[in-house]
Amino acid sequence: MTAQVQRILKKYKHEKSSIIQILQEIQEEYRYLPEHVLNEVSRKLRIPLSTVYSIATFYTAFSLTPRGKHLCTVCMGTACHVRGAPTVLSQIEERLKTKAGSTSADKMFSLETVNCLGACALAPIVVIDGQYYGQTTVDKVNRLIDPYYEKETT
Amino acid sequence: MRKKRRNRFRLDLLVCAGTGCVANGSFTIKAELEKEIARQHLASEVQVVTTGCQGFCERGPIVIVQPDGIFYQRVKKEHIPHLVEEHLLKGRPVKDLMYVPSPEAPPVSKMMDIGFFKHQRLIVLRNRGRLDPENIDEYIGFDGYQALEKAFTQMTPTEIIEEIKTSGLRGRGGAGFPTGRKWELCRASPGRVKYIVCNGDEGDPGAFMDRSVLEADPHAVIEGMAIGAKAIGAHQGFIYVRNEYPLAVKRIRIALAQAAAYGLLGEDILGTGFDFTIQVVRGSGAFVCGEETALLASIEGTVGRPRPRPPYPAKQGLWGQPTNINNVETWANVPVIVLRGARWFSSIGTKRSKGTKIFSLVGKINNTGLVEVPMGITLREIVYDIGGGIPGEKEFKAVQTGGPSGGCIPKNLLDLPIDYESLTNAGSMMGSGGMIVMDEETCMVDVARYFLNFTQQESCGLGQTAPNPVLTTLRYFRDEYEAHIKEKRCPALVCKALISYVIDPAACSGCTVCAKKCPSGAITGEPRKVHVIDQSKCTKCGICITVCPDKFRAVKKVSPARTET
Repeated sequence: MTAQVQRILKKYKHEKSSIIQILQEIQEEYRYLPEHVLNEVSRKLRIPLSTVYSIATFYTAFSLTPRGKHLCTVCMGTACHVRGAPTVLSQIEERLKTKAGSTSADKMFSLETVNCLGACALAPIVVIDGQYYGQTTVDKVNRLIDPYYEKETT
Repeated sequence: MRKKRRNRFRLDLLVCAGTGCVANGSFTIKAELEKEIARQHLASEVQVVTTGCQGFCERGPIVIVQPDGIFYQRVKKEHIPHLVEEHLLKGRPVKDLMYVPSPEAPPVSKMMDIGFFKHQRLIVLRNRGRLDPENIDEYIGFDGYQALEKAFTQMTPTEIIEEIKTSGLRGRGGAGFPTGRKWELCRASPGRVKYIVCNGDEGDPGAFMDRSVLEADPHAVIEGMAIGAKAIGAHQGFIYVRNEYPLAVKRIRIALAQAAAYGLLGEDILGTGFDFTIQVVRGSGAFVCGEETALLASIEGTVGRPRPRPPYPAKQGLWGQPTNINNVETWANVPVIVLRGARWFSSIGTKRSKGTKIFSLVGKINNTGLVEVPMGITLREIVYDIGGGIPGEKEFKAVQTGGPSGGCIPKNLLDLPIDYESLTNAGSMMGSGGMIVMDEETCMVDVARYFLNFTQQESCGLGQTAPNPVLTTLRYFRDEYEAHIKEKRCPALVCKALISYVIDPAACSGCTVCAKKCPSGAITGEPRKVHVIDQSKCTKCGICITVCPDKFRAVKKVSPARTET
């Protein structure tokens, strides 16, 4: 059993009802939910593996596949929608050559959408690794993404 | 405590640190201000304080200078040296950083003279932007926890419930159920263990008042919950916060620790023998968890799917025990009602909707932000007097309220007084208070499709209210549907399948910008000659229209779509 998982389980006192919070911390640690860890959690908490999986797949914050180096989140809330979020999203998909909900082939970016970030004054919003970029437009997309690739090569 | 702070410092600089302003760099602004203040040897006279959300997010980062109430907007790092020298040292407020309502108007120096703030009535948001949410002493300095003391030492549970009932407070999360009645039902339910829950999962996209209240005034929510716990007889509370709100989670955790350290939470509160603790639960990104039964399932650590009611949570909630759920805004109303009295509260608002409501005014509106207004105010006042109208002199088309269960309210209903009943009669609903303004460039068919996708994907648990966005757009904007179906035309030029981008030969000067920027190589043309878009290659991304210089505006959208170039 891995030390990280042990520490997290201990923090929540092996409490079954804390399963969601436990999975959140595991996800923060590994950036996704690895299969062997879910097996461990299921055994230690005595929760059927099928239940653990149903939780891991129901909540959109969880990912069962490894995420890219950076996480790019596009807000699809109503305010963002009327200010052009769909066109921004399709431009980002085009730039990263990947669809929302998946990771680019070079493993640099995972692209996700959320229902609302509650920062509607900044609409349309794109968040990369926790950094908010407000009032985005299609022609700003490259300027947003390129620096992350430039950092890679220097 | 703040009053002490006032005595010690000549000026307070309040830097807004809500999510919107933080995203625009308010912590950099704070650091720069402090550096510059030290450089000018003003550190003993001027203090910089970070506050919760001011609500006028469109204009962030915001800095307010107290006690004069001078309002600075869109402050950037490079403005700081000038600002500190002119205003703080020489006493001359900087006009360039003030709010200008329209290009020809003079700048407005004081916060309370700005239309956006002038017409608001702050009850729930009373502390917004005036205190540091991470410091309990400041909350106490503004009468915080006095209501808790009153409720715990001078009132019986029945008296508390009676006060809330008389106030007319109704749930601010959607359906508007009378809060006092809800508490009474839960108190009356048999059961040794009872729970109190704060719903901070802010259901509707486009609404962010709960985030803002948690970020700006977390103690108001805690105080409200403790009073509710005493009234109902619960000793354990939960605050469920949306996963996308990291700052709110952080602030509420700090506030809980401080309240516990002061003996305002925990065992034997204020020596009354009453115990109450609160735990924070972070959501994991499922819209449906804003629905109360799904939220409870999620707290219990299972998949958050709604279950049929009855039994209502007041009878069987968390782990089968009687549970009382109210949302953030509702809880934050409680301390004010207890302290100032039900009669005062019920003097505000309309006959059946009392008090104020917070709306998030977003979309195609000049003054985007969070506004608190008395119930009964008209949509027109909100959109024009507070919101400053539609940007770019575009035509107002509709306001969407109530989130995915709500509907779109058209122009001819602008004088509708806003309360629970009138919104329902118009085919929409109050919801949690999102108001998304739409202009002539918003397609109502596209909006209806957006909500349909949303409710499908989220298997929303909204039941019979789910078709509301479609029904209201059909009712008020039938002509737009007909244009789409019969003429294959999108009048607002939004729906991708029905539009094309074309270049107006008379306006194009051949500057080549669009051809260079087009990601699909669909635009051809020689320098200084008219350019052409190849419709078979065009992906309709719209970059050409945004990069075409304003002096030409040669790229246009047309509908129905063209097949030839």
